[in-house]
Amino acid sequence: MRKNIYLIFIGIIVLTFLAGNLSYPKYLNQGIDFVNARFNIRVPHFWDIPFRLGLDLQGGTHLLYEADLSSIEAGDYSSAMQGLRDIIERRVNFFGVTEPIVQTQEASGKHRLVVELAGIKEPAEAIKMIGQTPFLEFREQRAEEETQIILDKQKELEGMTYEEAQKVENWQLALEDPYFKSTSLTGKYLKRADLTFNQQTGAPLISLQFNDEGADLFEQLTSQNVGKILAIFIDGIPISTPVVQEAISGGKAQISGDFAVEEAKELVRNLNAGALPVPIKLISQQTVGPTLGAVSLQKSLMAGLFGFLAVIIFLIIFYRFPGFLASLVLIIYVALILSLFKLIPITLTLAGIGGFILSIGMAVDANILIFSRMREELKGQKSFAVALEEGFRRSWPSIRDGNLTTLIVALILFGLGTSFIKGFALTLSIGILVSMFSAIFITRTLLRLFVNTRLEKYNWLWK
Amino acid sequence: MIQFTKYRKIYFGLSGGLIIASIIALLIFGLKPGIDFTGGSILEIEYIEERISNEEISGMLSELGLTSVSIQQTGEKGIIIRMKDIDEEMHQQILAVLIQETILDEETGTLNINTGLAEEVRFESIGPVIGQELKDKTKIVVIVALLSMIIYIALAFRRVQRPLRSWQYGIASVLALFHDILIPLGIFAILGRFYGIEISIPVITALLAVLGYSINNTVVVFDRIRENLLSRGDTFQETVDISLNQTLSRQINTSLTTLFVAGAIFFLGGETLKYFALALILGICTGTYSSIFLAGPILVTWLNWRHKG
Repeated sequence: MRKNIYLIFIGIIVLTFLAGNLSYPKYLNQGIDFVNARFNIRVPHFWDIPFRLGLDLQGGTHLLYEADLSSIEAGDYSSAMQGLRDIIERRVNFFGVTEPIVQTQEASGKHRLVVELAGIKEPAEAIKMIGQTPFLEFREQRAEEETQIILDKQKELEGMTYEEAQKVENWQLALEDPYFKSTSLTGKYLKRADLTFNQQTGAPLISLQFNDEGADLFEQLTSQNVGKILAIFIDGIPISTPVVQEAISGGKAQISGDFAVEEAKELVRNLNAGALPVPIKLISQQTVGPTLGAVSLQKSLMAGLFGFLAVIIFLIIFYRFPGFLASLVLIIYVALILSLFKLIPITLTLAGIGGFILSIGMAVDANILIFSRMREELKGQKSFAVALEEGFRRSWPSIRDGNLTTLIVALILFGLGTSFIKGFALTLSIGILVSMFSAIFITRTLLRLFVNTRLEKYNWLWK
Repeated sequence: MIQFTKYRKIYFGLSGGLIIASIIALLIFGLKPGIDFTGGSILEIEYIEERISNEEISGMLSELGLTSVSIQQTGEKGIIIRMKDIDEEMHQQILAVLIQETILDEETGTLNINTGLAEEVRFESIGPVIGQELKDKTKIVVIVALLSMIIYIALAFRRVQRPLRSWQYGIASVLALFHDILIPLGIFAILGRFYGIEISIPVITALLAVLGYSINNTVVVFDRIRENLLSRGDTFQETVDISLNQTLSRQINTSLTTLFVAGAIFFLGGETLKYFALALILGICTGTYSSIFLAGPILVTWLNWRHKG
């Protein structure tokens, strides 16, 4: 029995050593360097995993785009969003951001794209470049009757306010382009774009090469539209309106628009980087400058440090020796949590640090419950060993119930899904679980070490 | 031993008064929702040398067509501008007018543009759709959280049948819970009216955390009552008093340690976490008060009513 406790104690010491150095490996690695230099050996460094900091702590931008899927069939939504995600990811990789996040998101039937660029220097530039990605589309000419219907409808609605217009039958028709209608051939099928020049005039040309699927579509479109216009639209604006001479196979097309060389170059670059399969719109953004990030980090760490010190001082003054032990456990607790943050890894945000700091205050609750109980038992003239075990046994239901309520709330909060709340709920939940482990397991082992020792006799230490 | 239950009418009166005051504050002032919920934009910039006056800024912004704008100075050289949600183009235009100045070079007669007057500290723009979604989600979460707490309490006390039923413990803790949430909300309504403090996502988060914390405190007391009911032969009122005395030091100490860390966040943790910490502090105070002075005494009053009836 006694032997077991020593074994567990040694286990705790090893765990503490590992967790402590994982959280802050600087001193150990300096020590290793010193030893290596002194004895001319090569002991490898201890793991040095950095903390992963969120946008609000290192600066960066969080962008939320909404995709317009009206041109896509319902069954293809997820593949369209996947394509969108891949292309934006490729674009975002140009910004030299470490670990950019690009995620699709579905909320109440709306399809969205989250882009997080941590540590980016020029967020405005990034937004511009993402937004600038051209939406390439081929449109075919409408039949004359259709054109007439739309033009009539537009005339009919002329001069009306938006509310009035909505009352007219088929009012949506007026919003359509009267001359051209969309086809299924879009930038999605583009393999690559190149800048070439017209050999006679020297004017810049953009030559397009479609993939196999796109080539088939293009052949189909051109054969259906011989003698008619097949317009090339970029971002809803007609760039070129060539007349189809004959069906074109092989998937090659040329845009001979009225543009300057610089413009054409940029267009080619953007088309290659990825023409978006569907149009997107920026609906929300949060940008934190690097200065604010650093200040927030420093301030929250200060708050954590002072909160931690206040708790330790309080514990020692109020609970004396057990308080001292609880402080040791609290230090181990902090090291364990920080190691978990690095190992899982968890992206630390301001909210996450808030949750963590709060968990320091709450983590001692289990210890306080146990010590209060022990005190009562000791006052009841029970022996130290009995008081200890009774204290643990009797405080357990309260510790369990109390932590469970906080855990339930944390889990529900996690379900809300806002990044602030998620970060808070996650670190708080981890904190609660680890604090239960540390109170029940580590505190108990430390206290058991003193059973049947001389220290046990000094009542003033424990009461 | 402190006889907590003896003066329960005073506690009920005090809490009742505060709750009524909070409800009145909520009805008259209402809560001031942050842009998380309404949609809108916040731009914070920090001037390198001297900041431009609020009037000048509001003049520049109205030239861009932005009218209902609130401009607030922060720190020594900082400025926070709140307005309706704007797109990226407008954002860049605003930055351009606030951060640039044109200097006429007298010697050469050319105009130079200095773009380094200020630095953008943060910018947030939230579309109204997102705000509305968040509002709906928050409502659901609050309801789910409250319901799960009630179910939890009912389950935890399902074996306690005497002298009160387990659901009565549940109701008592829920009453305490409303007290713990309503009073901080009332205070936030007043702070919102007079100091412009908004209910943001962090504040909601903190209040929901208080929910769990407050139940936690009540559970500790009720657990002790349950234990003492099984082992002692005192009257119910005596049992409640004994239990409150036994748990008193734990309640105060745990609240203190949590208040220490919440206070550290409030004073040192920076702007974003400030009102998060304030909501926590208020909630911890009301939660501790109610777990000592309300939850147990409510049980005693309830039992007495039943005996009279």
